[in-house]
Amino acid sequence: MTRHLPALALLAALVALPLALGNEPYLLNALITTGIVTIAAMSLNLLLGFTGQLSLGHIAFFGIGAYVSALTSLGFDIEIVGGLRVVHAPWPAAVGFLLAVLVTAACGYLVGRLSFRVRGAYFVIVTISFAEVVRLVALNWVELTQGPLALTGIPPFTLGLPGLGTTVLRTKLQNYYLVLVVGTLCYALIARLVGSRFGRAMRGLKENESLALSVGIDATRTLTLAAVISAAMAGAAGSLYAHYLRIIDPDVFLFSTTVTMVIMVVGGGKGTLLGPIVGGLIFGLLPVALRPVMVPEAQWMVFGLVLIVIQFVMPRGIVPGLARLFAWRRAPAPVPLPVEVRS
Amino acid sequence: MTEFLQHLLNTLILGGTYALLGIGLTLIFGIMNVVNFTHGALYTVGAYVMYLAVTALGLGFFAALPTAILGGFLLGAVLDLVLLRPLRGADMDTTMLVMIGAGIVLQSGTLWLFGGVAKSIPTPFPDAPLQLGPVSVSWLRLFVLGAAVSLIVLTYGLINRTRLGLAMRATFQDHDTAALMGVNVRLVYTATFAIGSSLAAAAGALLGPVYVVFPQMGGMAELKAFAIVILGGLGSITGAAIGGFILALAEELGAGYISSGYRDAMGFLIIIAVLVFKPTGLFAKAERIG
Repeated sequence: MTRHLPALALLAALVALPLALGNEPYLLNALITTGIVTIAAMSLNLLLGFTGQLSLGHIAFFGIGAYVSALTSLGFDIEIVGGLRVVHAPWPAAVGFLLAVLVTAACGYLVGRLSFRVRGAYFVIVTISFAEVVRLVALNWVELTQGPLALTGIPPFTLGLPGLGTTVLRTKLQNYYLVLVVGTLCYALIARLVGSRFGRAMRGLKENESLALSVGIDATRTLTLAAVISAAMAGAAGSLYAHYLRIIDPDVFLFSTTVTMVIMVVGGGKGTLLGPIVGGLIFGLLPVALRPVMVPEAQWMVFGLVLIVIQFVMPRGIVPGLARLFAWRRAPAPVPLPVEVRS
Repeated sequence: MTEFLQHLLNTLILGGTYALLGIGLTLIFGIMNVVNFTHGALYTVGAYVMYLAVTALGLGFFAALPTAILGGFLLGAVLDLVLLRPLRGADMDTTMLVMIGAGIVLQSGTLWLFGGVAKSIPTPFPDAPLQLGPVSVSWLRLFVLGAAVSLIVLTYGLINRTRLGLAMRATFQDHDTAALMGVNVRLVYTATFAIGSSLAAAAGALLGPVYVVFPQMGGMAELKAFAIVILGGLGSITGAAIGGFILALAEELGAGYISSGYRDAMGFLIIIAVLVFKPTGLFAKAERIG
C-alpha cells in the first residue's frame, strides 16, 4: 500500500482542489483541459515510457476519439461513393464515448501492425504521417466533419444513476470530477498492466529487444497490444474533450498538442506511473501562470526551451529525480543503477 | 493532354525545391544520425531572411538569395555547436526531442518577431508568363528551377569532388575509422549540419517568392522533407533528389485529378506505402553516400 501512497495523496489533493479554489471558472477550465490532456499524456507514456517507442502521432487517436464521439451524439447524413447514403440518428453521449474507445482501439491495432514493422526514426515519421493524414481527412471531408467550420452543439454527457434520475453534466465542477474519475481509472489500469507479465515484456523490449526476443517475447504482439490500449485511452480523452468543449474542429489534430504531451511525459518522467500526471499538471498549468506576463508565442518559446533544458539537465524527468533525492535521504548508500546492455 | 503537360511542368519546378529540402535532411541524417526537426524552421528562416533582405535591406532579389543561404548556414552551425555537439553519443530520442524543442523556439520566435500575417516578396520578374506552345510558366518559377538545379549540382560536386566531401563520405561509412585516419569528425559534423541547413534555407528563399511567407510554412515543408527522404532511402542524396521529383509529381497529379484538398496528403501516403512495401526506401545504399 505504501507504494501507492504518493498517488493516493495526489488523488486526495485533486479531489479537494475545487473546494480550495472556490469554483473559479477560469482556473477550473484550465484544470479540466489540463486533466484531459494529461490522460492523453498517460496513454502516450505507455508507449513512449514503457515500450520506448517515440510515437509522435498520438494526437490522431485523441482527435479520432473526439470526432467519433461527437458524430455519434450529433448524428450525420452522408453520401459515400456510388450514391450509397449513410444516415445516423443521434445517440447519447455515453454511447459516443464507448464507440470512441472502440474505434480508436481498432485504429491503434491497425497503426501498430503497420508501424511496428519499423523502429527508431522511421517509426517516428510513420506516426507523424498518420496523424497528418487523419487531420487532412477531417479538414477535407466537409460533408461529415464540417471541415474548418467545426462541429458545433455537441451534447454534454448525461449521468443516469438508478434511483437518482439523470443529470446533465453541464457545469465545470461536474466535468472536473468526470475527468478525475476517468483519469483515476486510466491510472489504475496502467498501474495494473505495468505490474503484470505484459508490463515486464514491454520493459524487456525497451531495455534490450534482441534479448527479449530470445527469451520468447513476441515483440509485435506486445507492442501492438500496448498501442491498442494506449490509443483507446487517448480516444477516451478525446471524447471527454469533445463533450466538454462541445465544439471541435480539425485543429484538435495539431502537432503542437502532441509536443505538449511529449513534454508532459518526458518532463514528468517517462516510464513512471506518476510522471505524466506531475508533468501534466506542471506543463498544463504553466500557460496559466505565464499568461499575465507574456504573449502566447513567447510561451511557446518557453515550452521549447524547457524541452531542450530537460534533456540536458534532467533527462529522466522530475519524478525519478525526486524519488532518487528521497531515497538518498533515507538510505545513505545510493542504489546502483541497473546496467543497461545495449546491442 | 495540355493539362497533363502543364502538370508535368509544374512537377519539374516544384520538384527542384523539394529535392533541395530532401538533400539537406538526408545529409544530416546519413552522416550525423540526427532526425532534424529544425529543418522546417530553417526553411522558414530562409524565407524570412529573403524577405528582410529584399524589403528592409533593399539588397535586390539576386543578392538576397545568397544572403538567405548564408543565414541558414550560420544558424545551422550555431545549432550544431550549441545543441548537438554536447549531445554527441546520446541516444536518438534525446537528440530528436532537443531538435523538436529548438524547432518550436525558432518557429514561435519567427511568429513573435514578424506576426502571423503572411508576407509576399517582390520579384524583378515580369508578370506575363512565358508561353511554351500549349503550356505556360512564369519567369520566376523558371528561375527557381534553375537555381534549385544549380544548388543540387553544387552540393553533388561538394560531396564527390572536394576534400571536405571526402571527409564527409568517410565519416558516413565509419566515423571511428575516419577519426583514426585524421579526419576532424567534429568539424565534419558541424559542416554537414550547416550545409544541410543552408539547403533548407535555400528552398525556403526560393519558394517564399512563389507563394507567401508565414511563420508556420515550415511545418508542412518539414513533413514533406521526411517523406522525400524516406522515399529515397535515408542517407541517399540521389534518392532524395529523385524522391523530391516523385513527391512533386504525386502532389500535382493528386491535386489535379483527385482533389486539391488532398495535395498535402500525398507525401504521407507515400511514406506509409514505402514503409509497408519497401522500408529501406527506393534507392537506399547502406554503405555509402553520393
